[in-house]
Amino acid sequence: MKRIELAIAALLGCSAIASIAFVVIYVGGADTQGLGISLGAALAFLAAAVLLASRRLFPDTPVAEERPEFARPPEDPGVTAGPAAERAEELAGEIESPAEAITRRRLLIAAGGAAGTALGAALVVPVASLGPAVADRLHRSPWRAGLRLVDERDAAVTPAMIGARGFVTAFPEGVDKRELAAPVIVMHLDPSSLNLPPGREGWAPEGLVAYSKICTHAGCAVSIPRSPLYPPRAPRPALVCPCHYSTFDPAKGADVIFGPAGRALPQLPISIGSDGALIAAGELSGDVGPSWRGTRGGT
Amino acid sequence: MSRERAVERRGGFTQRTVRWFDDRTGSAGGVRKVLRYVFPDHWTFLLGEIALYSFVVLIGTGIFLTFFFEPSTATTTYHGAYAPLEGATVSKAFASAMNLSFDIRGGLLMRQTHHWAALVFVAAITLHLMRIFFTGAFRKPRDINYYVGVTMLMLVIVEGYAGYSLLDDLLSGMGLAIGNAVALSFPLFGADLSNLIWDGQFPGSDAFMSRLFIVHVLILPIAIATLLTIHLILVARPHHTQFAGPGTTERNAIGSALWPVYALRSIGLLFAVSGVLFALGGLIQINPIWQWGPYEPYQSTNAAQPDWYLGWLIGALRLMPPLEIRAFGSTLVPNPFFGGALFPLLLFTFLYSWPWLERRITGDRRLHNLLDRPRDNPLRTAVGSAVLTFCLIVFFAGSSDRIFLEFGIPYEGQVVALRIAVLALPVLIFLLVKRTCEELRRTEAHPLRDFPGRVVRRTPGGGYEPEP
Amino acid sequence: MIRAVSFAAIAAAALAFATGSFGQDSATPAEPDAAKIAEGRQLYVEGCSSCHGMDARGVDEQGTSLVGVGAASADFYLRTGRMPLAEPGREPQRAQPAYPEDQIEALVAYVGSLGGPPIPTVDPNAGSISRGTELFVSDCAGCHSITGEGGVVVGGFAPELHQATPTQVAEAVRIGPYLMPSFDRNQISDADLNSVARYVDEAVQDPDDRGGWGIGHLGPVPEGLVAWVLATAALLLVARLIGERSEGRGPEEKP
Repeated sequence: MKRIELAIAALLGCSAIASIAFVVIYVGGADTQGLGISLGAALAFLAAAVLLASRRLFPDTPVAEERPEFARPPEDPGVTAGPAAERAEELAGEIESPAEAITRRRLLIAAGGAAGTALGAALVVPVASLGPAVADRLHRSPWRAGLRLVDERDAAVTPAMIGARGFVTAFPEGVDKRELAAPVIVMHLDPSSLNLPPGREGWAPEGLVAYSKICTHAGCAVSIPRSPLYPPRAPRPALVCPCHYSTFDPAKGADVIFGPAGRALPQLPISIGSDGALIAAGELSGDVGPSWRGTRGGT
Repeated sequence: MSRERAVERRGGFTQRTVRWFDDRTGSAGGVRKVLRYVFPDHWTFLLGEIALYSFVVLIGTGIFLTFFFEPSTATTTYHGAYAPLEGATVSKAFASAMNLSFDIRGGLLMRQTHHWAALVFVAAITLHLMRIFFTGAFRKPRDINYYVGVTMLMLVIVEGYAGYSLLDDLLSGMGLAIGNAVALSFPLFGADLSNLIWDGQFPGSDAFMSRLFIVHVLILPIAIATLLTIHLILVARPHHTQFAGPGTTERNAIGSALWPVYALRSIGLLFAVSGVLFALGGLIQINPIWQWGPYEPYQSTNAAQPDWYLGWLIGALRLMPPLEIRAFGSTLVPNPFFGGALFPLLLFTFLYSWPWLERRITGDRRLHNLLDRPRDNPLRTAVGSAVLTFCLIVFFAGSSDRIFLEFGIPYEGQVVALRIAVLALPVLIFLLVKRTCEELRRTEAHPLRDFPGRVVRRTPGGGYEPEP
Repeated sequence: MIRAVSFAAIAAAALAFATGSFGQDSATPAEPDAAKIAEGRQLYVEGCSSCHGMDARGVDEQGTSLVGVGAASADFYLRTGRMPLAEPGREPQRAQPAYPEDQIEALVAYVGSLGGPPIPTVDPNAGSISRGTELFVSDCAGCHSITGEGGVVVGGFAPELHQATPTQVAEAVRIGPYLMPSFDRNQISDADLNSVARYVDEAVQDPDDRGGWGIGHLGPVPEGLVAWVLATAALLLVARLIGERSEGRGPEEKP
């Protein structure tokens, strides 16, 4: 026993030294790794000391104890209830006893049920006032015809800025960039490869297409533009989302070609303004971001 | 002579202290009963304690963090110690977390320890749940405690998600966008749910961050602590379960007394858990937000992942085919619902209803204090293994992009293969495990130690014959 | 005389080797001479013409035309070992260069003589690390990940950037290899390119790991692995050690 006590004392001593080291390191620059090692060691030595004591210093003969009465199965399996069950019966009886004073039980139960249901409905109904406001917020988009496209630093986006195989993230001029419908990704495609949905013939001047950058699956920014250097032996241009890898075909109105997204990215019609900068030529073709009950413009 | 006086002095002090408390609380009798309380022994009974002590570390480090963290989405320009972000527009929340990591003494240690503790907390709870499930500890009279535990698991997962999303860094911001999409995807009321939580369209108003903060530091910790207290009371009341062994019956509990051995073991475990967590917090980097940068809704990064305990959700969202149910001009069920909401809903429904299901299938409504070995209930073990396999495959799918980058297995191919595996493998595992359990029960062999084959020896003629 | 010249040549080669210019970042090239171009043409015919054509104008479905791609492209693809490609249609991947330094120079001289952009000059130290962060987040992180660890691009992958030299970064940005978009001077100026190269050089290749071991800079996946394989396993070991009773006798009834 004596040797164990010495060992425990030594471990406690080491723990003390480690704790002091922690304070010293904290005062002298607080290096994160040093703090972690010293505090971790202090606690580990303490753990070792306490566990050594629990195993070797104190007697640990196993002890048996009867469980409390309610948690013991009945001695005789044929008996279904013991004293615990009797106590439960008495309690149930006490809870029910005021009911003896009621003569019209059914009437009161019916009336109580009606009151409860009506109150519940009344409390839930104001949620409806969220309705039009909610839809309003989710349909909202800042894009209008004539708004200039600007980049993250508010410089006007021109076709020259986007190389033959380039892309740019653009926003409507003067709008808060954090609005979900604001960011679009503008990509340069070969005009002869375009196959946009009917009605969008003029939406892509010089092969420049613009789509909402917010994925229609779960709302991440679609930030992977796939642009083949040698088209005959590489996958065709695409917009890929890095979250769950929904893949959209920008030549075909951003139709979904792989992954879990359920609808195409909304397209923004763009044209080239008189000053050479890109401007929006209309509104987005559909609602932006993840689908919900009232999503418009799903394909 | 001095030794006797020392003993007297020591005894005197304890007696005086105990009398002091008992005079004021009348609790001496109750405390004596508590000190003699018997805890059955098995190392798997300590898993819940590992979780408990991780929670203690979370509270301690969390309190430190609340003194420095600013839960505000108001923007500021970063002028701090990390040069690559100099001049960047960041939220005050992100800036305060940067401050904690770079300028506050011990701040990064506390941040990292807090985060490691969260990961280990959920891991310990998961292992604990598996132990409870596979040994049938959830049976009467402990089914009510089992419900409390499953509820805590749910709350803890939400708590962790809320915690790392407070920092407004690129990775967690992407995670919030996805969380919003899942909320939106609930049929009929999804938009209202999202609107309620985020106070408008994602990324929401400034109120969202302060609500998230209150949920994370006040509401959920109180809820979890309350349920934890109830949980521990419900463990202590009927006494802890035990495995069948020499002298054990359904009516007794055999083990170590609380004082001194069990208390020391438990305290030792507390020190060990906190020691491991603080060592990790100092030595292994976690959530280096300065490397991710701040979040903007129009930015994202490849290889983004949620914390491990949400890996099953990202896997489900990636695996799910592009199904969206539309009718009457409405999108009734958007795609993220299946992976992000329906899957966890089904899993937790399974967890909550299993005690009832098992009672109905086996007809066993008796009280149980003795634990099953997993082989003793082949159906339960097989069902649990199948469900676990399903979840593990979905987890796998969540990181199949890294598997592609490390081993070259094409991503698209993995998606197809995993879709098949997730349906076929659980069935296979069910059959395999059920067979194995029944076999083990029959032969009473130890699954790892006993040798199921036959030893053969060479005959002089060149053939083989079995050893006698 | 010959001895002196050969000694000088060996000394120069040793010096070049010692300063690490073999197979490393390209130095600003001197004007290639006709001999170099001829040597390059010879190497080209032997190793590249089967896919890129004898006239370097490409072969349908096999290899692209090299007219106008410039020394920059040749230098990038050859120095990173992406070319020669094992078979057409495969995604070119970084590998050990197939040619030694002098042959690379010759091939680059030849392809450069066909016209196109020269090897870009880039100086990371002249760039701004914060501007580099800004650009990397907007234009590169989506594919290469914010810490430059690479990632899946459905149909291919974006490689990690730990071995990319500043020149190779600049070349890739201007060329847009395989599936990567290309960025010309109107979008990313030469000054901006210095900043991007600086981000790759510093934040990607020498990140601030003040929190300890960086575990791959991949975020929650390695973090989860550590939590399970290191922490939880260690604690299970501790639980195993303390969970068994130290004495194995049968139970005694409590008094």
